[in-house]
Amino acid sequence: MFTLTINGEKVTIPEGTTIMDAAKQVYINIPHLCYLEGLEPGYHCRICGVEIEGEPRLAPSCVRQISEGMKVHTNTARVRRARRMIVELLLANHSIDCPTCERNQVCELQKLAFELGVKEVRFDGEKPSYELDETSPAIIRDPNKCVLCGRCVRVCHDVQTVSVIGFVNRGLETMVSTFMENGLGNVECTNCGQCIHVCPVGAITEKSAIDEVWAVIANPEKHVVVQEAPAIRAALGEEFGLPAGTLVTGKMHAALKRLGFDAVFDTNFTADLTIMEEGSELVKRVKEGGVLPQITSCSPGWIKFMEHFYPDLIPNVSTCKSPQQMFGSLVKTYYSEKAGVDPRKIVSVSVMPCTAKKFEAQRPEMSDSGFRDVDYVLTTRELARMIKEAGIDFASLPDEPASELMGFYSGAGTIFGATGGVMEAALRTAYKLVTGKELEKVDIEPVRGLDGVKTATVNVDGLEVKVAVTHGLGNARKVLDEIRAGKSPYHFIEIMACPGGCVGGGGQPISFDLALRDTRGKVLYNEDRALPYRRSHDNPSIKKVYQDYLKEPLGKESHHLLHTKYTKRERV
Amino acid sequence: MEKILTQNIDKPNSQDIKVYLDGGGYKALEKALSMKPEEVIAEVQKSGLVGRGGAAFPVGLKWSFTRREHTEPKFIICNADEGEPGTFKDRIILKNDPHLFLEALIIGGYAIGASQGFVYIRGEYYREIEVVEKAVEQAKEKGYLGDNILGSGFSFTIQVYKGAGAYVCGEETALIESMEGNRGAPDCRPPFPAQSGFLGKPTAVNNVETLANITAIITKGGDWYSKIGSPDSPGPKLFCLSGQVNKPGVYELPLGITLRELIENYGGGVRGEFKAVLPGGVSSSLLTDLNVKLDYKSVAKAGSMLGSAAVIVINKDTSIIDVAKNTVEFFAHESCGKCSICREGTRRGREILSRFANGGGRAEELDLMLELGEVMYDTACCGLGQAAMNVPVSAITLFRDEFDQKVRK
Repeated sequence: MFTLTINGEKVTIPEGTTIMDAAKQVYINIPHLCYLEGLEPGYHCRICGVEIEGEPRLAPSCVRQISEGMKVHTNTARVRRARRMIVELLLANHSIDCPTCERNQVCELQKLAFELGVKEVRFDGEKPSYELDETSPAIIRDPNKCVLCGRCVRVCHDVQTVSVIGFVNRGLETMVSTFMENGLGNVECTNCGQCIHVCPVGAITEKSAIDEVWAVIANPEKHVVVQEAPAIRAALGEEFGLPAGTLVTGKMHAALKRLGFDAVFDTNFTADLTIMEEGSELVKRVKEGGVLPQITSCSPGWIKFMEHFYPDLIPNVSTCKSPQQMFGSLVKTYYSEKAGVDPRKIVSVSVMPCTAKKFEAQRPEMSDSGFRDVDYVLTTRELARMIKEAGIDFASLPDEPASELMGFYSGAGTIFGATGGVMEAALRTAYKLVTGKELEKVDIEPVRGLDGVKTATVNVDGLEVKVAVTHGLGNARKVLDEIRAGKSPYHFIEIMACPGGCVGGGGQPISFDLALRDTRGKVLYNEDRALPYRRSHDNPSIKKVYQDYLKEPLGKESHHLLHTKYTKRERV
Repeated sequence: MEKILTQNIDKPNSQDIKVYLDGGGYKALEKALSMKPEEVIAEVQKSGLVGRGGAAFPVGLKWSFTRREHTEPKFIICNADEGEPGTFKDRIILKNDPHLFLEALIIGGYAIGASQGFVYIRGEYYREIEVVEKAVEQAKEKGYLGDNILGSGFSFTIQVYKGAGAYVCGEETALIESMEGNRGAPDCRPPFPAQSGFLGKPTAVNNVETLANITAIITKGGDWYSKIGSPDSPGPKLFCLSGQVNKPGVYELPLGITLRELIENYGGGVRGEFKAVLPGGVSSSLLTDLNVKLDYKSVAKAGSMLGSAAVIVINKDTSIIDVAKNTVEFFAHESCGKCSICREGTRRGREILSRFANGGGRAEELDLMLELGEVMYDTACCGLGQAAMNVPVSAITLFRDEFDQKVRK
């Protein structure tokens, strides 16, 4: 323990603590920009500098550790002058187009400038005029807004271990870019969008489909159908000032109806369907000596990661399409038939917590309905903007249900949005498929929560089924390398590209706070507990779709519409 | 004065190990290996030698810090990434007397407990790289490098590493990043390389000229060395005299001679009428007083720094605004771009000075430049950013009239 003073107040705190963390003990939040909890300090921005008595210069408090007897001052004239000037300099090199910027009011630079009392920018001169990187179907990068804090580089490299962006050039020409400046669409980017969450400004955004969706809604020739992923209902309320952890399923459906969608369904329905197919696939692999462990395939960020970095594990990955894509192929076949709507008129829109879903929807093989299975993918944030644009008072909306045919779901479907949820849902059904009996205790706690790699063993009719759950691609590598080394003890592994699972997806309301992601996940577990059905195979709409259309899991029609294949992708 | 650093450079084939051995070369290594490592460090500490790369940190202390770390392995790196404008002193040693610093590098390795040394040479020093690589081979052949050197049980190898042209890689943490295959950008200190350097291991980084003092200290003793030059900063120094002087060049002289002595007695006097001088390259502040003594403390007291002792003389025909603009352009070009303050500060500093140089200066931007200089000193991560505004700030302070005349009418 070291004792030091911060602004004259005595603090005793363990060795190794940074000044920034120590200052919180005396109720001081030291302003910063490049530092973000959950990432290693980058100390690029220099805004967090503090005075330490006896030192000639200010010290970056995000990285400087405390020492015995240190006397720190966080609010001197010298400190304030430095902070203001750095913010001024950043603003001088920034396209200050706040009113039209996607991150208006959710911008840390804007907030800093205001809070630090920057009233004018005394520097002017050349402004950056870089081309936007629009090569990716999911993510747009605008170097003109970039403040070079390096947070995106760190999340991509340290957390996701994908490392497709880095600093290039030097000095004034320094920018964040991809290998040979080829653009995100031409490198191993998984489209996970965690870079969007950590970006303090509007330099990284999703490629928006809002205008396209407005256009089809306005077109009377089109029949526009919408599905929403499980994680949306756990976070959408945050965009409208509702407290974090508010479940907004009913308001979400009500809002979508008011936006003008012709049919409002729910991806949770096909989450249940995924469980039927994926659970059956697992049972088949176990019984018939197929390739194990089986790995989930719902997360398109993980799938692209696998195709680039672990293509040798393609045989391990479930052939099931993701719930989004299962929905897409059914909407232009099953629904078209049931509703008597020409599939050519149907426009299939999805609302996803995910940027990688935009890429997934564009994969050439995702057209088993004979049409593009999913036409447009909106993120949670985009949906919120549409609701705001339409003037809908979201917080006051009544709860309304989705249409039953493809909108009714079990608790197993809704927990897909949290890390471990797919595993838990699959076990509930696999148990039934193997034993013919129901799993009595449906809450499988060991696979819940935020540990990087969670494991459990479930006794299924004498067979000890070993499972693992990981979230965040850096964590995924641990279990994948085990498989590669032939040392994986597992039968079934769930992998989600984003830390926290889909509730922390790249399309969610901006935040890199894992505690918030945990809160969102708990919302889904609560919804699960409150639903009449908690196992996918009990969902009457699922029974109906098999009865009326698909016949049986892994059957001919299922194989055609609900399963897919993967492609080995190049490393650049 | 007896030459120490340039003792061999005028000998024919001075770079050859035979010539070096004939002049008593590698005797210091032999002696050092008969001493305990701690005794070697004590001798260097006694000498009062401080680093000649610019930061003037006591060498013995740096070695003792690295020695006392318990992590293994340890490394020693000779910083030969000489790039400060106006500095060309290491080059003459690299090219003409490579064994002088290689011998010292081996001694340093022995002292701190390293068995691997590196020479990180500026990439543009093509000829010098060849010479040093050949010298390493020769030292290997003669048994001064390799296993069990001179039967002492001490083993040591040297690898030559070429820089790729970035000035900032002369900053030791950036140099280490570059050696690790990363972007050449400075890292935060603490931890210092002595605790966590190359590959996260304790590492001593010493400049070429610094090392060139070591053999004399070992041979003749730290006490003897400490009596050379100024008591505050003992030893000889290579002064790189350039700019508007009649006889530019590298001069080995004891620390503590005055600027006037250097320029008039050795440099043949100022070409034209004296205006100002940079005593330590473009990272230092301008001085106008020629009576300042050229040692670390005296120059600092006068408001500048001796740095690498690149003494650049400026005459009255030269626009001080151009001097300031050129230096900031240099730093803007060489900034690694990591710290916002350095990247954006040099960007705007350059624009402000360009306006003045073109007669379109904005009066209010002079005080802004002074403030920018202070904030850059306060907040930049490395010496480049901290010192980037020294020339313009001192130029504005000393020659405000010149700037005022260039204010936009």
